Amino acid sequence: MELKSAIPPGPLAQKWTSAKFTNKLVNPANKRKFDVIVVGAGLAGASAAATLGELGYKVTCIVYHDSPRRAHSIAAQGGINAAKNYQNDGDSVHRLFYDTIKGGDFRAREANVHRLAEVSVDIIDQCVAQGVPFAREYGGMLDNRSFGGAQVSRTFYARGQTGQQLLLGAYSALSRQIGLGNVKMITRTEVQDIVVVDGKARGVVCRDLVSGKVYSLAGDAVVLGTGGYAPVFYLSTNAKYSNCTAIWRAHRRGALFANPCYTQIHPTCIPQTGDFQSKLTLMSESLRNDGRVWVPKKQADCAKPPGSIAEADRDYYLERKYPSYGNLAPRDISSRAAKEACDDGRGVGPGGRGVYLDFSEAIGRLGKNVIAERYGNLFTMYHEITDENPYDVPMRIYPAAHYTMGGLWVDYNLMSNLEGLFVIGEANFSDHGANRLGASALMQGLADGYFVLPYTIGNYLVPMMGKKVATDRPEFKAAEAEVADRTKKLLSTGGKKSAEAYWRDLGKIMWEKSGMARDAAGLKAARSEIAALREEYWKNVKVLGAGDEPNQALEKASRVADFFELAELMVVDGLAREESAGGHFRTEHQTEEGEAKRNDEEFSYVSAWEWKGVGAEPQLHKEPLVYEEVKLATRSYK
Amino acid sequence: MNVKLIVWRQKNPSTPGSMKEYEAKNIPKEASFLEMLDIVNEELIEKNEEPIAFEHDCREGICGSCGMMINGKAHGGFRTATCQIHMRQFQDGDTIWVEPFRARAFPIIRDLIVDRTAMDSVMQSGGFISAPTGCAPDANAIPIPKDVAEYSMDAAECIGCGACVAQCPNGAGQLFTAAKVSHLGLLPQGQAERYVRADNMVTTMEEYFGGCSNFRECEAVCPKSISTDFIARLNRDYLKAQFLPKKPSGKFKNE
Amino acid sequence: METATVSRNGTPWVLAFYRSALGKKAVMAVTGIMLFGFVFVHMLGNLKLYLGADAINHYGEFLRSVGYPLLPHEGALWIARVVLLTAVALHITSAIQIWLMAKESRPEEYTKKEYAIASYASRTMRWGGLIVLAFILFHLADLTLGRTGYEFLEGKPYENIVASFSRTPVAIFYIIANLMLGLHLYHGLWSMFQSLGWNNPRFNSWRNEFAAAFAVIITIGNISFPIAVMAGLVK
Ligand SMILES: Cc1cc2nc3c(=O)[nH]c(=O)nc-3n(C[C@H](O)[C@H](O)[C@H](O)COP(=O)(O)OP(=O)(O)OC[C@H]3O[C@@H](n4cnc5c(N)ncnc54)[C@H](O)[C@@H]3O)c2cc1C
Ligand code: HEM
Ligand code: HEM
Ligand code: SF4
Ligand code: F3S
Ligand code: FES
Repeated sequence: MELKSAIPPGPLAQKWTSAKFTNKLVNPANKRKFDVIVVGAGLAGASAAATLGELGYKVTCIVYHDSPRRAHSIAAQGGINAAKNYQNDGDSVHRLFYDTIKGGDFRAREANVHRLAEVSVDIIDQCVAQGVPFAREYGGMLDNRSFGGAQVSRTFYARGQTGQQLLLGAYSALSRQIGLGNVKMITRTEVQDIVVVDGKARGVVCRDLVSGKVYSLAGDAVVLGTGGYAPVFYLSTNAKYSNCTAIWRAHRRGALFANPCYTQIHPTCIPQTGDFQSKLTLMSESLRNDGRVWVPKKQADCAKPPGSIAEADRDYYLERKYPSYGNLAPRDISSRAAKEACDDGRGVGPGGRGVYLDFSEAIGRLGKNVIAERYGNLFTMYHEITDENPYDVPMRIYPAAHYTMGGLWVDYNLMSNLEGLFVIGEANFSDHGANRLGASALMQGLADGYFVLPYTIGNYLVPMMGKKVATDRPEFKAAEAEVADRTKKLLSTGGKKSAEAYWRDLGKIMWEKSGMARDAAGLKAARSEIAALREEYWKNVKVLGAGDEPNQALEKASRVADFFELAELMVVDGLAREESAGGHFRTEHQTEEGEAKRNDEEFSYVSAWEWKGVGAEPQLHKEPLVYEEVKLATRSYK
Repeated sequence: MNVKLIVWRQKNPSTPGSMKEYEAKNIPKEASFLEMLDIVNEELIEKNEEPIAFEHDCREGICGSCGMMINGKAHGGFRTATCQIHMRQFQDGDTIWVEPFRARAFPIIRDLIVDRTAMDSVMQSGGFISAPTGCAPDANAIPIPKDVAEYSMDAAECIGCGACVAQCPNGAGQLFTAAKVSHLGLLPQGQAERYVRADNMVTTMEEYFGGCSNFRECEAVCPKSISTDFIARLNRDYLKAQFLPKKPSGKFKNE
Repeated sequence: METATVSRNGTPWVLAFYRSALGKKAVMAVTGIMLFGFVFVHMLGNLKLYLGADAINHYGEFLRSVGYPLLPHEGALWIARVVLLTAVALHITSAIQIWLMAKESRPEEYTKKEYAIASYASRTMRWGGLIVLAFILFHLADLTLGRTGYEFLEGKPYENIVASFSRTPVAIFYIIANLMLGLHLYHGLWSMFQSLGWNNPRFNSWRNEFAAAFAVIITIGNISFPIAVMAGLVK
């Protein structure tokens, strides 16, 4: 299989402009003859569904939530990047492009990232026009803050609820289209399979989560904006429902899965307190604008109250190791540094798994009010969860699984190798390479949905004019039967252990052996453990209740089943990538100083995996990464 | 710690439900309220009983999925989302009543899960600024005073949980709608549709929810502390809309 | 088609307005203000009780002859009566309709429900309002029509008041009813600002004080009369 990335010719900075001209256009009167199925209403899905609706396409939008407003994008706290250069601090499209490529450890596609940087400015304009109440300066102009991996202030924010406000913006645009009848919204419905007819994605199989009814929908194109799958680690900062089912089912139908080993472990999360814990809570990276990260220099000091440890006995390890970026070093680097400090026995809090994020210096310099204005809601959240007041004692933080750079492989037009299947937002692999910089996922989701997909989808649709299929075709019926069978199977194992318990077990394997640092032995062990657990799962998972009524345990069981298969692929990919890059840190491949060591000669490619069956060896396809503009360099934040 | 739970169980939308008693034993006090329910559910599964269904997703107090009546108050009256309540806020040996949000507009789907689509319908009738993708001027073209942006943000923070409706003795959707109308109506961009928005959203709201008698219960349980001042603002905009020389109209729906 | 979602097109404006709950609330607030205005002035007028029989009896006569000869004798009074009666009717109708809407909006009650902060005043608006209504009816029969079993003297409110309030149960009923009215006004006056959208972050804090002050003034004034009679200060 040859991977056609469909990158337009011409100089990097001209590619998107020329693509916009050469893309095929659908005549306005014909748009309503095309049915587009959008799965997901996060930033990516909602913005795409709304924009396609505005353009005149007939859109159906499906979510498993009770409302499109609940997608996990709502939880994003810190902000969204854009190359507006409102601060006059030297930002530009090129700089955003470069920072993102470098942040991704030179494992992302140049053309995509450049396009992302270009449209970033339009996103901010669009959001403001929709009424997103971004933070302002007293003069009424937009305010910015800094985020990791950048030396300019280009992050726009709305208190600590940027994702919420952006999603509400997209949701309101979507609501308008629903009200106008251009978008049909289907909630509490899970897409459980993609229907492929003659090699093209032509529809989806849905399961109504209230009635349990399984049915199909046919369309001219299917768009997946189904988000990330970090909950494969069980404990993560993602929402409990976030899962891989839609993309995994598409993968099983032929869509290639790219870079599954690139996972982001976020450095600033509230540490775990016990085994009962169901999720971890992120403390936005923006906190590192004013918070200083440290651990005691001496192991003996770890149990002491932080206030009693003298300045000279504190190790501000990020400032020490990366003087030019300091506390704003990128996520992968900060996470590993925290792990190192804790592995060195200098961690604080329960189990020694935590480091301090200290605001006392900033509070002294700026006053409590300024800090409260900037981070008030994050401080309150921390206080509510931990019962400790971060205005008085430093926060304790520890890394946690947060974001998945990998996802379905897509070309420049955001179409997967399975024609007619478009993948947007966190669900695809496209823009972040091996590590995502803070505040750039929101940017990517909205770029894909508002400004890219609506332009590129025409290329596929124009020749599809008049080639509709109906849901009574055997392909649809077969897929429906498979979904129904699977449900039945999960309900009838007669097993003993809950899906939740299996999920925890899986998470533990993933976190320990495929987490912040990996090695070949661990990954190999993980692979066989996962496979064994998966087999046991299908024999012993206990799902009570029926399939024709609301049944959350059944929903969970079905998602966990997919996590098992995905986890195996993540491990396989991690094993195959014999280098360290961004979020993928192989302990065998590090510099003397313990930094990630890439191997550009052999691994400057995207790994795109083809499904070959449960437990079977997946097949690797490589898309070479060609850098015309940037010079590959060792990433340095010193 | 140990607590006794009295929980509403209802199999599906059409079967009547009832309150059932459960013992929650050995719950760590650091656990969140939902984690306590997780623990109880795992034990129920162990005993071949179906787990208690409840809505949740982000578990960080932002998605608005979770929400139930705890000891007779929406979100337990803690002014946070249910998922942000922790067991340390209860005493060992407490009896805790757990019920779904109740309102005609919120039919029960199962146990503690209710259908809140009515709130989406209110949004669809006007909860937006009509600014199709691509039409926007530069983001800094309209300066917005910081105070205005902040005040708008105070309203915009609403997480759409429906606690206001659940707690309101009238089952009114006023606080939610007020938050939405005020968020957009306070901003310069939202002026063009300000009155038609208020008019349409109130009309839709009243199809589903009761009227407001200014009990202010809503504000007291709102996880985002949305102020009832916004209700006055909503009322004013709505009344103004009625007294405009020409009835406001806008293309909000295909008819 | 370029129309608003509002399906009220065609219905006369006033009806369409009144059909909405917010319209009802506006009506309730406006009539509430009128009733409040009446009760306040009425209380002030009644204070003449303390100036002696002549003062208040002349005042009563004055009310009957206001506007004369432009209006017939008792003309202005009748206009006021009609306006007040309409206000009371609208006030009660809209209050009951909102009450019914509230009941419909939650067909199934909670097994356990606690108030979070709602004031006692706000919680007693409905039953309290009905008690006030019962009071008004009794009061009209008592001091206007003189049908409550004492020796009623036409045009002599001073003597009537003293005669009526000398019966302890009646005086106590007056006191209770007026305390109820005080509560009703306390929440009502604040609520009125909300209903009519009179809010402004700069004066919001004293809306409550305004309501409390007037509720207290009217209540103290009104309950002082039966107390004064019972205490023998007014004979
Ligand atoms: C705590 C947290 C904080 C973050 N903060 C930031 C930040 O400050 N800046 C930043 O840039 N990024 C941030 N991110 C990352 C960013 O929020 C996400 O990557 C991004 O929002 C993903 O958007 P999405 O539209 O791709 O997916 P989501 O928002 O996850 O939406 C997925 C949608 O798909 C639907 N769905 C999924 N599967 C199915 C199915 N099978 N059937 C039907 N529907 C389905 C869901 O219902 C949902 O509507 C943060 C992430 C987390 C977890
Ligand atoms: C006659 C019997 C009365 C009844 C049954 C009655 C009932 C009510 C009720 C139920 C409300 C609250 C309505 C709601 O918000 O849902 C209310 C509000 C109010 N009432 Fe009365 N009331 C009566 C008399 C009066 C009188 C005599 C006054 C004035 C002296 C008055 C003044 C007000 C005011 C100012 C409000 C506030 C209106 C608002 O909320 O906007 N009422 N009344
Ligand atoms: C204790 C306090 C009160 C006293 C002493 C009092 C006294 C009187 C008297 C003496 C009259 C007869 C006047 C006349 O016929 O010349 C009267 C009439 C009336 N009062 Fe009161 N009153 C009191 C409280 C109230 C209250 C609280 C209300 C309303 C809620 C009220 C409503 C009326 C009305 C509607 C009339 C009839 C006016 C008319 O049409 O003639 N009164 N009152
Ligand atoms: S106003 Fe408050 S209580 Fe009501 S939906 Fe919004 S956040 Fe929830
Ligand atoms: S509690 Fe209900 S009555 Fe109004 S002020 Fe809040 S909506
Ligand atoms: S689970 Fe999202 S707000 Fe509680």
